[in-house]
Amino acid sequence: MQVGRVLKKHNQRGGGSTSEPAWVRYLLVTVALIFLALFLLLPLAAVFAQALDKGWEAYLEALKEPDTLSAIRLTLTTAAVCVPLNLFFGIVASWAIAKFNFRGKSFLITLIDLPFSVSPVVSGLIYVLIFGLQGWLGPWLQDHDIKIIFAVPGIILATVFVTFPFVARELIPLMEAQGREEEEAALTLGASGLQTFFRVTFPNIKWGILYGVILCNARAMGEFGAVSVVSGHVRGSTNTIPLQVEILYNEYSYAAAFAVASLLALLALVTLAVKTAAEWKMQQTVTVSEKER
Amino acid sequence: MAWSNRKNNVLPGFTPALGYTVFYLSLIVLIPLSALFFKTATLSWDDFLAAVSAPRVLASYRVTFGASLAAAVVNAFFGVLVAWVLVRYRFPGKKLIDALVDLPFALPTAVAGITLASIYSSNGWLGRYLEPSGIKIAFTPLGIVIAMIFIGLPFVVRTVQPVLEELDQEVEEAASCLGAGRWQTFRRVLLPTMLPAILTGFALAFARAVGEYGSIIFIAGNMPLVSEITPLLIITKLEQYDYAGATAISTVMLVVSFLMLLCINLLQKWSRRFAE
Repeated sequence: MQVGRVLKKHNQRGGGSTSEPAWVRYLLVTVALIFLALFLLLPLAAVFAQALDKGWEAYLEALKEPDTLSAIRLTLTTAAVCVPLNLFFGIVASWAIAKFNFRGKSFLITLIDLPFSVSPVVSGLIYVLIFGLQGWLGPWLQDHDIKIIFAVPGIILATVFVTFPFVARELIPLMEAQGREEEEAALTLGASGLQTFFRVTFPNIKWGILYGVILCNARAMGEFGAVSVVSGHVRGSTNTIPLQVEILYNEYSYAAAFAVASLLALLALVTLAVKTAAEWKMQQTVTVSEKER
Repeated sequence: MAWSNRKNNVLPGFTPALGYTVFYLSLIVLIPLSALFFKTATLSWDDFLAAVSAPRVLASYRVTFGASLAAAVVNAFFGVLVAWVLVRYRFPGKKLIDALVDLPFALPTAVAGITLASIYSSNGWLGRYLEPSGIKIAFTPLGIVIAMIFIGLPFVVRTVQPVLEELDQEVEEAASCLGAGRWQTFRRVLLPTMLPAILTGFALAFARAVGEYGSIIFIAGNMPLVSEITPLLIITKLEQYDYAGATAISTVMLVVSFLMLLCINLLQKWSRRFAE
């Protein structure tokens, strides 16, 4: 989807028979902007306004809370494990799927996309069914004193599940669009497989990788439903940032809840900025390679 | 692209790459998901039926699917409008707004949830004006619809936008030459071309809304039978150690997701054929 968008971003049109009267244009733009202001800008502004409701000092104080700091640590750890795992998978899977033809390919792509269509709550539940006390491996894990559910490994597993498709689904269409002539040329000229990948394929897909990684990271740090099922909500040990936000909010410490939430809102803004830049770079790469052809 | 078959492909690494893909996919996704079905299979048919059709569960389906449908309809309408405005017109701040459309994808659901709840609560930025005029949004099913509109907003915009960008101007010129007015051209020429994309976006937004949890629970009020969504009911059952109940309802949700996925795939095939 993304590549299609990037490839075909060109035609700006003029007026005349294929445009609308000025008043219609203004009306449509105004209605669209009011809708977006109500549904996007207002919530975004509200996060920061509420976070700073009691002033900067209270804001910083809320962030320095030991439970909050430990939630930040856990969220960073989770993302640091999940993103590389899914990045590696994404690259390997898109190499197999985009550069080769085999039967059942589109079925495989559907399966990779599967976690996106599963409710986050169900995503958490399936791990409880396997590793929980009443689950398949529950009794064995208890005998060996290994805790997965209501502990950090469960949080990581659930997060890996919900962020599973991000990198792969960005890279597959990108690598398919690039074909394989360049790699074939490199191999013919005597490059090894890995050399070909790092010198030829990688430069072509690096912005796509960044795009997938940044979205994967945003979801890994922000996931709530799935993590909430497997976490057990122990303060200071199994609370991620979103869960900490929930606890503070339910305790009516609104300013603190929004202060912690503002970290995630900032992350979202950075994510959008990097994503837009990566899109722009991909568009450039594609236009350049089109010109060269 | 007519690719030759694998025997003529000189690129290395197919077998290990595909092997690892299938291995990791099975480990992370397929085996855990199958656990749900195996667990459900241990229930007797009567128990399963009783668990998934209790009055409270049926009410939660009504709330979830009803609100998702309403939100997807709103998103289909405004999604087309936003996509149209972003592709066809120039106005200040357009690039920024285009980037901001993806905010609901990037903003964690819990943050969206508490923010929407605070905006629409009786002393919130919007709630304080809406409540005196008799419109209660927070802690009612209407709040659920608002949260679902927020999280589903990008889907229709992002599926319709590329279709509009690709449209040939000649088609519209032809319609205009043949005497069609602007509205006629839109309704008879442009809308049918956009329809597969609109439906795809609609289905994506609907599917997302049905499974959504984080952004809804804060604004919903979560009253059983009135404003309790199905994902929350699953969590409630889990907290009461009713694993059988939670599993049975989850299976229903999962089957619905699979059906939605199938619909979306068919719709996408249809729109690709349309594009050719």
